[in-house]
Amino acid sequence: MLNAVEISNLTVKYPEVIALDDVSFVVKQGDFLGIIGPNGAGKSTLFDSMLGLNTTYTGTIKFFDEDIKKSKTYHKSIGYVPQRPEFENNFPATVSDVVRMALRKKSDENKIDEVLQRLWIHELRNRRIGELSGGQLQRVFIAKALVNDPKILILDEPITGVDQQNIDLFFSILKELNSKHGITIIWSSHDLDAVNKLANHVACLNRTLFFHGESEKFFSDDELVKQYSEASMQEHMHHH
Amino acid sequence: MSFEVLTYGFMQRAILTGAIIAILSSVIGLFLVLRRYSLFGDALAHSSFGGIALGLFAGVYPLWTAYGVSILSALIITKIKTRYNISGDASIAVLLSSGIAAGLVIISFSGGFTLDIFSFLFGSILLVSVNDTVVIAALTGAILMVILLFFRQILYSTFNEKQAKVSGVPVEKINYLLIILAGLTVVTSIQLVGVLLISALFVIPNVTAIMYGRSFKQTMFISMSFSVFSVVSGILISYVFDITPAGTIVIFSVAILAVTMGIKSAGLLSKN
Repeated sequence: MLNAVEISNLTVKYPEVIALDDVSFVVKQGDFLGIIGPNGAGKSTLFDSMLGLNTTYTGTIKFFDEDIKKSKTYHKSIGYVPQRPEFENNFPATVSDVVRMALRKKSDENKIDEVLQRLWIHELRNRRIGELSGGQLQRVFIAKALVNDPKILILDEPITGVDQQNIDLFFSILKELNSKHGITIIWSSHDLDAVNKLANHVACLNRTLFFHGESEKFFSDDELVKQYSEASMQEHMHHH
Repeated sequence: MSFEVLTYGFMQRAILTGAIIAILSSVIGLFLVLRRYSLFGDALAHSSFGGIALGLFAGVYPLWTAYGVSILSALIITKIKTRYNISGDASIAVLLSSGIAAGLVIISFSGGFTLDIFSFLFGSILLVSVNDTVVIAALTGAILMVILLFFRQILYSTFNEKQAKVSGVPVEKINYLLIILAGLTVVTSIQLVGVLLISALFVIPNVTAIMYGRSFKQTMFISMSFSVFSVVSGILISYVFDITPAGTIVIFSVAILAVTMGIKSAGLLSKN
């Protein structure tokens, strides 16, 4: 299988802190990778670096063998779903408008309807985005990420403010995208159970990569899970 | 009102030119309003006042120097904002006052206020020549073509810069492009409402249209229609009552906004 993503010796240093320390891992095409780790573990830094928003790293990031610092076209293989769909609440745009913004080829206009149907939000296409619920918005942003047929979908904990029914729907959508359409998925999450259910690989990040491998291995190793939970608990208590 | 007024050449030119400027400024203004740059037009207009004074002083056609100064200021304001991390509203305030200050100093060197200066401050739409109309129409056509060409990129980076960047939109370049277009639009609009009322033209029709529109394009067309309506009625009414066109135009567009707010409060428009 082709390497969809190849990260080698990725290090990001901020003046006060080392956000990522020599992180290396490979994501094969068709993998479903769950990235877990406490707040401040460097997940956002990792994502920003992969997405081209942070270029102050050492090491290399490659998508399908293309170094993102040298390639001008690598973003064509990526679809990105942000943590929160941020926009002005009164922004005058319909659901179709938002998906259309991401569409690179004007001639692919029919793709918009296609992707909205695939996510069961076609009937919302003429609604203004400010009127939608959290779950609906999330699906609009997934549709936006999928409209250019990306090979890799990157999702940054996108379940904030979404109710349980919609979370379940979201999970089944991800599963289908991965298994039916062969899209490689990289998904950062706090929810260990969900990662256990969906992902076939796990990367456990806490500034360094302290586990990367098949999710079965991770979840069958009580010691690893315990370590991870303690790390997040400490962090959790630290925050309260 | 007698329709005879519409047969006058100066009135035909005023209405045609006014309508063209109305369309241009509402299109550019919609992007600025959504980017929370509402006062940007105002700052550029005030700074181009310095350019106008410079042109009058040097004996050059004042709008040409104004175009130069306006574009230069647009670029400076953007640079200052990012380089020195000064907030948008503060950098706008700096630009706004320095433009007027420079203008005043240059004007006093050249012997004080003249009729010319007043026409730039408050607009002179009834005085546009055939030549002015042609230049304004051509420039508007060119600006709208550029907008159309980069429509998706401009809209996407207005909606969310980060996401636009991730999907490969050259956001910084697009921002500079939009700002240069805004600079050109501001100076073009000076002939219609003058330096002091530019923001009204950029902001009010758009704030109104956002309350009605559903899709982006729909909002844009509603804004254009309100803007053209205010400009044309403003020009006609001001002529009939012999009052200033610039003020009348703006009062018209404020009235449309007020009515819209009334309709909205009465619950007749969906909440957004």
